[in-house]
Amino acid sequence: MQVKNHSERTVIKLIVVVLAMFGFGYALVPLYDVICDVTGLNGKTGRISEAESAEQVADINRTIKIQFVASVNAGAPWDFYPNEYEMEVRPGGVYYTTFKAVNKTSHSLVGQAVPSLAPREAALYFNKTECFCFTQQSFTPNESRDMPVRFIVDRDLPVNIDSLVLSYTFFNITPDNQKS
Amino acid sequence: MSTTAAALHDHHEPQLTGIKRWLLTTNHKDIGTLYLWFSFIMFLLGGGMALIIRAELFQPGLQIVDPQFFNSMTTMHALVMIFGGVMPAFVGLANWMIPMMIGAPDMALPRMNNWSFWILPFAFAMLISTLFMRGGAPAAGWTMYAPLVLQTGDAFPFMIFSIHLLGISSVMGAINIIATVLNMRAPGMSLMRMPLFVWTWLITAYLLIAVIPVLAGAVTMLLTDKFFGTSFFNPAGGGDPVLFQHIFWFFGHPEVYILILPAFGVMSQIIPTFARKPLFGYASMVYASASIAFLSFIVWAHHMFTVGMPLAGELFFMFSTMLIAIPTGVKVFNWVATMWRGAMTFETPMLFAIAFVVLFTIGGFSGLMLAITPADFQYHDSYFVVAHFHYVLVPGAIFALIAAVYFWLPKWTGHMYSEALGKWHFWLSAVSLNVTFFPMHFVGLAGMQRRVPDYALQFADFNAISSVGAFIFGTSQLLFLYLVIKCIRGGPQASARVWEGAHGLEWTVPSPAPAHTFNTVPDSEVIRRETLA
Repeated sequence: MQVKNHSERTVIKLIVVVLAMFGFGYALVPLYDVICDVTGLNGKTGRISEAESAEQVADINRTIKIQFVASVNAGAPWDFYPNEYEMEVRPGGVYYTTFKAVNKTSHSLVGQAVPSLAPREAALYFNKTECFCFTQQSFTPNESRDMPVRFIVDRDLPVNIDSLVLSYTFFNITPDNQKS
Repeated sequence: MSTTAAALHDHHEPQLTGIKRWLLTTNHKDIGTLYLWFSFIMFLLGGGMALIIRAELFQPGLQIVDPQFFNSMTTMHALVMIFGGVMPAFVGLANWMIPMMIGAPDMALPRMNNWSFWILPFAFAMLISTLFMRGGAPAAGWTMYAPLVLQTGDAFPFMIFSIHLLGISSVMGAINIIATVLNMRAPGMSLMRMPLFVWTWLITAYLLIAVIPVLAGAVTMLLTDKFFGTSFFNPAGGGDPVLFQHIFWFFGHPEVYILILPAFGVMSQIIPTFARKPLFGYASMVYASASIAFLSFIVWAHHMFTVGMPLAGELFFMFSTMLIAIPTGVKVFNWVATMWRGAMTFETPMLFAIAFVVLFTIGGFSGLMLAITPADFQYHDSYFVVAHFHYVLVPGAIFALIAAVYFWLPKWTGHMYSEALGKWHFWLSAVSLNVTFFPMHFVGLAGMQRRVPDYALQFADFNAISSVGAFIFGTSQLLFLYLVIKCIRGGPQASARVWEGAHGLEWTVPSPAPAHTFNTVPDSEVIRRETLA
């Protein structure tokens, strides 16, 4: 009888460990996002308010070249490209550009753009005040639209970085029941 | 859990016969036997899949199977061998040996023990049924990386649920082993007197309950991503495919030690027996096993150096990975020191054990090469990786299992196996295994990719050699099957001690071991004499 009681206590403790580790697997999801935000891993760029961006003054002694890249995820039925392929910017200044997307189908679509910045050390210093990637984008049949990005490169961008590549991938997230 | 060992032996159950004996058994020896036979069947099945792979790779070009099916074979071979071959086989050994080694009458939770075995055939029936489904069996690799795995056809939910079932079975087995080792040891069997096989299994069981639930979480996320609109790994919804790799390898790296730690335990039983010397550095073996288990939790990202990690991360995972070589080296040196100036004899279990020490070390060294981050960018996803993990798993885990079967078969059956056939089995296996896997180092370094059914012409000769070796290795295992059946049917009577240099409580019971052992607690004087001998 003593054996039984001991085992039951051990088993209960171990089951708690099992459940906790199952939860830990899920806890890795937010943990990963936090680590990516802190380190700028995966080229995740930041978002700041207009007011914050206005506090910075452009550094007139330095120019950074920014190239824009646009692509669509496999099978997403859009034409998607930057209206400007390259820009020279000064750290601390606010800049504006647009990307064009054309719905190639004759039905409504919903898309989501996902940004990525290279080199990834620069991701911490690249912030947007406005971006079409912040929200889902709805398109009427055959609609063509310019979509805005307003961004600022932080003055603290490490001096060894003189060019950046900002890329967007456009995903089709039209709900299944609306896809034809 | 209504029936505990204590209660079970208060009223002996009526002897069941036929299929019911095996379906309803709660006897640790019967369940151990079931596990071992099941894993052997899975070993042959997974081996058959490996031979399909090697047959296709015998020549460049596509000859026998189409690429989709080839990818299914690599995926299923891994899943069947890992979850069906190696893991249940070690659980089977644990079931048979741990109660006898610690002087317990049975496992702590015999009813759950029955359940954890009988889940397995259902889980594998589900997994193997996917071979006949629309869209084919899973083909995205056993690592199930998103988003590729989400393209799996009808097989997808079956794969996920079979992994859930396998996980439940493993976790129940692990809980049972921990409960047995912690609560059922005979008085006098202190933790630091336990045989090393028990120690390594205790540590393995803790690894299992820590990481199998993480795998269950990862595959559940895949399932909800595919069917319920979540976006854990889908960038369109804010997820990240690289996250899957992190979660998977957080499970996956400890998993490889789950596969090898019990093998270390088996080696630490066999080598002292045939060297006729006590194990060199018992305490350091225990601490080395625990260190390996701890380190296994902080090295996972060395499987994914090429995904784009910060430099600091790559350095951390490189150095922490290299650190594992220290406790592993302690083990290898301890085994060699045990053999040093021992009165060695070379019966079949010892031959497999010596081959283990030599060949596992080769696999360990290629692992160190892979740990070097800058070099890994060249080795990643090449046949060098395939060579590495087959060197640690085949002459590592599989040879340890085979050695264990030869070592304890006389205790299980009461008969000596045929030493001549055993030696044939050993030499055929040891030679053909090197013929199979050694050339993979060369083609891998030269740039041959893994998981591809075709390859560049310059790899043709080495691949042909590998395929010939693989078929010899596969066929040799049928000899092992014949030998085991022959030994069960009859043979010279084995003594209780079986081996001249054997020490441990399991050698104090008669051969074959009766259905119930240690119903009365063994004498503490016997325990003192048999442990740390």
